[in-house]
Order: sequence, then structure tokens, then C-alpha cells
Amino acid sequence: MSLARRIIPCLDTDGDRVVKGVNFVGLRDAGDPAELAARYDSEGADELVVLDIAASRDRRPTFLETIRRVAAELAIPLTAGGGIRTLGDARSVVRAGADKITINTAAVERPQLISELSAEFGSQAVVLAIDATLELAGAEPRWDVRVRGGRDPAHLDALSWAQQGVELGAGEILLTSMDRDGTQGGYDITLTSVISRRVSVPVIASGGAKTPEHFAQVFSEGAADAALAASIFHDGSQSIRGLKQFLAARNIEVRFPC
Amino acid sequence: MNIALIDYGAGNVPSVERAFQRLGAASRRIVRPADLASAGAIILPGVGHYAAIIRALDSQNLRSPLLEAVARRVPFLGICLGLQALYAGSEEAPALVGLGLLAGSVSSLPRTTKLPHMGWNRLRIVKPTPLFDGLGDSDYFYFAHTFAAPRSAEHAVAFCDYGTTFTAALQSGNIFATQFHPEKSGAAGARLLQNFLRLAAMRNFA
Repeated sequence: MSLARRIIPCLDTDGDRVVKGVNFVGLRDAGDPAELAARYDSEGADELVVLDIAASRDRRPTFLETIRRVAAELAIPLTAGGGIRTLGDARSVVRAGADKITINTAAVERPQLISELSAEFGSQAVVLAIDATLELAGAEPRWDVRVRGGRDPAHLDALSWAQQGVELGAGEILLTSMDRDGTQGGYDITLTSVISRRVSVPVIASGGAKTPEHFAQVFSEGAADAALAASIFHDGSQSIRGLKQFLAARNIEVRFPC
Repeated sequence: MNIALIDYGAGNVPSVERAFQRLGAASRRIVRPADLASAGAIILPGVGHYAAIIRALDSQNLRSPLLEAVARRVPFLGICLGLQALYAGSEEAPALVGLGLLAGSVSSLPRTTKLPHMGWNRLRIVKPTPLFDGLGDSDYFYFAHTFAAPRSAEHAVAFCDYGTTFTAALQSGNIFATQFHPEKSGAAGARLLQNFLRLAAMRNFA
């Protein structure tokens, strides 16, 4: 098998700028989305995710313009999301240049949205984002799903929701550990492993990455197909090329651009 | 060269367009049958469901002019669904009839692996072809699909292994096609598109 594990930088955007810090707390400017996109493409990022963290209706045109500017810089796949509630929202995001659409809260509120998007764009274009938090530790741990940027409980079990999402037509799961997000203490290996080994689609691990060792762990022990991170790439503390060299030395298959 | 990009609403039309722009080549989006008459090269992009591409080709009356252009030996490049459409049919939409330019039909990859086959994979180039000039078995290309073309020794120029061995790229005279997305495959994909443009300009397909 020579399918490479993917490294995916994430651009959290507010208006036309990339910001650091989620949940609207301590937002700091982290640069221009198109400039960062061009840099990551040339450094060997395997895909890029752009999220509209404010996701407010009146700033939608700005976000679509950001997608257009980012897509123009990329020769790798682009996933976009944040505030996609309808098939119409998804169409504008795809028309602006996204290859995949990621949905979260809207899918919890109306699971049929997953099927609608899958029927229109194909399951390979539908990424179900799940924000999970540990509910029950122990031998058979359970995680709850949270919505609206992690603020509210969805009263759903993360594994069951992931499986249901796949049945409805999601082609990929973007799994964020709310417990680890922003801590830089490493990915939640148990969460990632439990979900990744029990769904039939690829899983992107997210939340908590700091060191190359964290990435190696989430690929080898966590069985992640891809790993996402934001601030460590934006602030230059971790280069994508250096990270891939570290992983290759651990016999984890990664792609080096030619 | 007049590069005709068949636009039936497929999600990857803009990215294919941008990929050619980056190579300094302008493509023209084609929606009407008459537009294919003057094409110097034809690109059939695609991503998503097999039914979408076949139904669109028929509802836009593009099937016959496309087959005629291929018969005139206009250089053709199919991408992803654009490769799958060349066969007689697909398990994904058994009631629909494919272009039938190649024998055999498209079927699902084995469900023993994670599907869709999503991400960067390497190829086994099994037949020397100018389409892969400057590229080799160590280069990665981006795949996003669940269904795949049979391993056809006759036309395959590259295989890929994912649960099974399937045709990742093929050539039959003036017909070229890739299951992966060169427009999303970084520098390696750009190189492949450039190779295709050069072959198309020379109209030399061996």
C-alpha cells in the first residue's frame, strides 16, 4: 500500500484574514489567506482547509472571495466550510473553487443535508466535521458531539454519529478533539483510533498538535489517514517539509513534492 | 491550440481551467455540441457520480460530437469520471450506457479498504508513454474515487494498487485518461498536463 498519510494546514478565517485562536477568544491576525495558501502548497502540504469561523450571513461574500483567492494559488485539493446550511450554500462554495465541503452543526440539526450534498457532489466531496469531547473514560470510553463551535452539546455519541454520517453519504470525517484543541498537548490518540478503526471512510485527526512526535503518534497508534493543524504552521514553529522528513524517518509514508 | 473543456457542471472544471492557465494555455468551456467541431484537444473532467457525467453528456447532446471528434483523432484527455465514461458502463449506475470506446466496465474498489480511495498514491508505470515524460514510480498523484476501471493490459499505461490493482492511466491512440486528478496533483500533475499538451500539439500518438 502506498497511499501517503496527509498533512493538512487549516486556515481559520475571519473576514479576509487568517486568525489564530478559536472560539472567538483572543483572536490574533495570522496573515493573508492567499499568501499562506501559496506557501503551504510550495512547502508540500497535501491539502488545505479554509474555515469561516464567524460564519455570519453578511460576511458570506467576503468568505467566497477568500476561497477564490486561495483556490487560485493551489495545485492541491481545497476543503471549505463554516456556516454551510443548505445545498445552495455548498454550491456557492464549490463554484468559488472548493473541491470538498465540510459541514458540522447544520448536519447535526438536519442529517439529510449530508445525503443532499453527497447526491449532488459525490461522497468524496462531503467532509463531516465532528467536534468531540470525552464523556466517559475507561476501558470503553465514549465521546459526546458538540456543536456551534464547541459551545453546545448535541446529545449524540461521536462514534454513532460518525457511522451514521458515513451511511448518509459522508466521504471523510474531520475529527476534532475539543479536549485537546488549543492545548498543544498532542492529538487525542484514543478518540482518533476508536473512530478511525470503526468507520469505512478516511479520518482526519485534529486538535492539539505541537510536535512532530504528535503527528507520528496519531498516524501509527491513532490510525489517522490525515492530520490537520493550524497555528504551528502559521507561526513557523513547524515546517511542513521538516515534519514530513521526521515522519519518513519513522517509516510513515508521506509525499514529497517533486 | 484550441483546448475544449467539456463543462457539464462537474466540480473540477474551474481547477482544470486554472491548471492549464498556470501552464500558459487557455482552455475554452464547451457546453454546446457545435463547439466541439473546432476543438484542437478535448478535456473531459469529472468528479462525483457516474450518472452525472453520462446524463449530462446526453442531455447536452454532446455524446455524438464527442465520439466523432475522437474518431477524427482529436487528442482527448479524460480525468477521473472522464476516464470511467470511456468504458461500456459502471456498476455505480448499471442502467446507463457509457461511451463504449473501451471494452469492459467500471466497478467498485473492494470494500476491504477505506473508501473513497482518497489522497496521494503512487503508480506503477507499465508501458512507456510520453504522457509520463519526466515522471516515474516515485511521484504521487491525487485520487478521490470509489469506482475504478478494470485492469486492462491492452490500454493501461499505469496501474495503482489500493485493495486491488486498477487502471490509473491509459492510452489508446489519441485517447488519454487518468483516474487521478492531475489538476490537483501539484507539480507532478502539472507536468503530466504539459506532456499532454505537447503530444496534442504534435498529434503524434504512436
